[in-house]
Amino acid sequence: MLTDERRPAPAPPQPPAGPTPRRRRPWPTVVAFLSPALVLFAVLVLTPIVIAAYGSFFDWNGFGAPTAFVGLENFHRLLTDEIFVGDLRRALLLVVLSLAIQLPVSLALAMLLNQPLRGRRAYRMLFFTPYVLSEVVTAVLFTMIFSPNQGLANHVTRVIGLGDLGATWLADPDTVMYSLFLVISWKYFGFHTILYLAGRQSIPPELHDAAAIDGAGPWQAFRRITLPLLGPTIRISVFLSILGTIQLFDMVWVLTGGGPIRSSETLAVTMFQEGFKRFHVGYASAISMAIFLISLTFGLLYQRFVLRRDLEGAITTIGDQR
Amino acid sequence: MRDSVRFSRRSVLGLAAAASAGAVLAGCSGDEGGSGSGKKIRWWHIANADPMLSEWAKMARQFEAAHPGVKFEITPLENEAFKTKLTTVVQAGDPPDIFHTWGGGVLAQQADAGMVKDLSADVGQWKDTLIPTALDAYTIEGKTYASAVDTGMVGFWYNKELFERAGVSKAPVTWAEYLEAVRKLKAASITPIALAGKEKWPGHYYWAYLALRIGGLDALRQAAGDKNFDTPDFVAAGARLAELVALQPFQKGYLAAGYSTADGQAATMGNGKAAMELMGQWAPVVERDNSAGKKGLGERLGFFAFPAVDGGKGRITDAFGGGGGFAVGKDAPPEAVEFLKFIAQPENARIEARTAGVLPVVKAASDAVTDPNLKLVADTMNRATGFQLYLDQAYAPAVGQQVNDSVAELLAGKSSPEQVVKAVTTAAKQG
Repeated sequence: MLTDERRPAPAPPQPPAGPTPRRRRPWPTVVAFLSPALVLFAVLVLTPIVIAAYGSFFDWNGFGAPTAFVGLENFHRLLTDEIFVGDLRRALLLVVLSLAIQLPVSLALAMLLNQPLRGRRAYRMLFFTPYVLSEVVTAVLFTMIFSPNQGLANHVTRVIGLGDLGATWLADPDTVMYSLFLVISWKYFGFHTILYLAGRQSIPPELHDAAAIDGAGPWQAFRRITLPLLGPTIRISVFLSILGTIQLFDMVWVLTGGGPIRSSETLAVTMFQEGFKRFHVGYASAISMAIFLISLTFGLLYQRFVLRRDLEGAITTIGDQR
Repeated sequence: MRDSVRFSRRSVLGLAAAASAGAVLAGCSGDEGGSGSGKKIRWWHIANADPMLSEWAKMARQFEAAHPGVKFEITPLENEAFKTKLTTVVQAGDPPDIFHTWGGGVLAQQADAGMVKDLSADVGQWKDTLIPTALDAYTIEGKTYASAVDTGMVGFWYNKELFERAGVSKAPVTWAEYLEAVRKLKAASITPIALAGKEKWPGHYYWAYLALRIGGLDALRQAAGDKNFDTPDFVAAGARLAELVALQPFQKGYLAAGYSTADGQAATMGNGKAAMELMGQWAPVVERDNSAGKKGLGERLGFFAFPAVDGGKGRITDAFGGGGGFAVGKDAPPEAVEFLKFIAQPENARIEARTAGVLPVVKAASDAVTDPNLKLVADTMNRATGFQLYLDQAYAPAVGQQVNDSVAELLAGKSSPEQVVKAVTTAAKQG
């Protein structure tokens, strides 16, 4: 492993001028530079993963060393656990909603903000503000907004003649996921908007000028130039959005606690419930391994099949080759 | 020349990097020495607000003065944060020297793992100064693992004015009368019950009390022992609760309501927006703190015991509730136990009773309880014919949580009484 890690690192900036005789590689220096990072990585990342993987094979309440080996029993239980399967379904729902609503809206906003617009900077700042807040602060804020009797949401629906519609957004198992999605979108749309805006501004204006001369309308220009050239940005933003959804915890924990009646639990919330409330540390480890494997598999597949062309730097390759 | 300068600069950096790596490694192992130093007492409690925050600190200072060399390190934590943090350190095998406990199943697991000291002999010295049931929650298979500090019970806190307005003249003593009272309140357009559905534990009180009234104390104990809740008594408890739920007695949005939050159960009661809540002895204080203007209901607040159920084996005088105590971590110095004895002295117990409005377990301190409602609770407890600890504390954590979750489903109308007992039984069998 160590040898693998060594290979890419030691390339010191080489003088661009012709082939100079290379000194032998300064291994002691390489080791000295790499070891702090490697030690930290091993202690803080690899060790917990190994421990969690080990724990997931035991029926273990977390006290002392695990002794009751149960093999794959915990994983078998996962697949038959309604809550866990529900977690996956809810994660999928959030992913679909994000991709279908949140990201397109962010994109549209980014396009708007790219137009010559009075007060454009103020808008950018405003839209980005929610992203600066921590998830917990956001959740506390929306707990108050959705508060059943004194909340702002209920007040607004009452004023516009919809009665007590706003009272039970978080209290109704059928609507809580949509309320949650609303809060997630509120917090993260600014982030994606900024990403898209940056991507949009790196598109050379000549392309649009040329298209305009050729008689392309705004929609055509967007569809044929902007969107394809935004491809790498969009693919990264989709990647971040999906990974974030899989690992969602803080906001749900504070906003709903996974309720009512576990109808807004996410994978991480279920893991916390099992590990810290029920002391099923073995089972919670199995859930965390599942989250890890799902994230890892998704990450690798996505990089292999979707991000590959971006990673190769072929930014101008337009959606026809794989 | 240029090359050699570069080389030496790099080797200097390399040395620096090596040094910092060494520092990281040293940092990893440098943490061990802390706990073994004999006289330091790490104390975790959940009184994270005044008055007790400073009163406990004051008592620690007094104890330090009387015992040279003892140094307290106090960590006050919020209730839920405490549970999570304590779990982590106990599982890591490093419990604090003195820490808050509610007894029951959680303490039993800690005792099983050898994380807490057996205090039977020590607490025996001052056991007789405590009220009779004080140590029950902390005694597991005949051994006592913590000293009690305060106690209490759950009952209905009600708004006398609203009851009067609805034409309910006397506190209900049977379940039928209780349902009738709820109907009358509904008819008078008053929200009968405030409930914190988000937090689940307040909801489990209803099911637990009904099971206690229908099956009696023994049924609750036996079910935990047999790991079987699938009995007619527990199903009946769920069915009675379903009758109540069918009347839609709770405040709007109760499934998302917290307990001590701005729009939560305590605030709803304290602001006079609901007629009653089923809650422990701390209810008046929390209602007051969360109400507009921090006034609470004052004189309008009353207390009655959970009604009896016709044909039930339990009596209306059986109490359900719990209190707090302190356990002593496995590596604690002997002074930690001394300190528990110190805070169990009547003069110290009185301070808590007087300032924090809790019910003391020290008999001699009961004269410090002055609030009429609390006196009523104390009287009810003194006349109690039996005592059951909160189910989510008494049972193993996984079972207690399942009770909370399943009852929450029942309260939301998403689960049947039979499904509740089956889910709890499954959790009990899994352990």
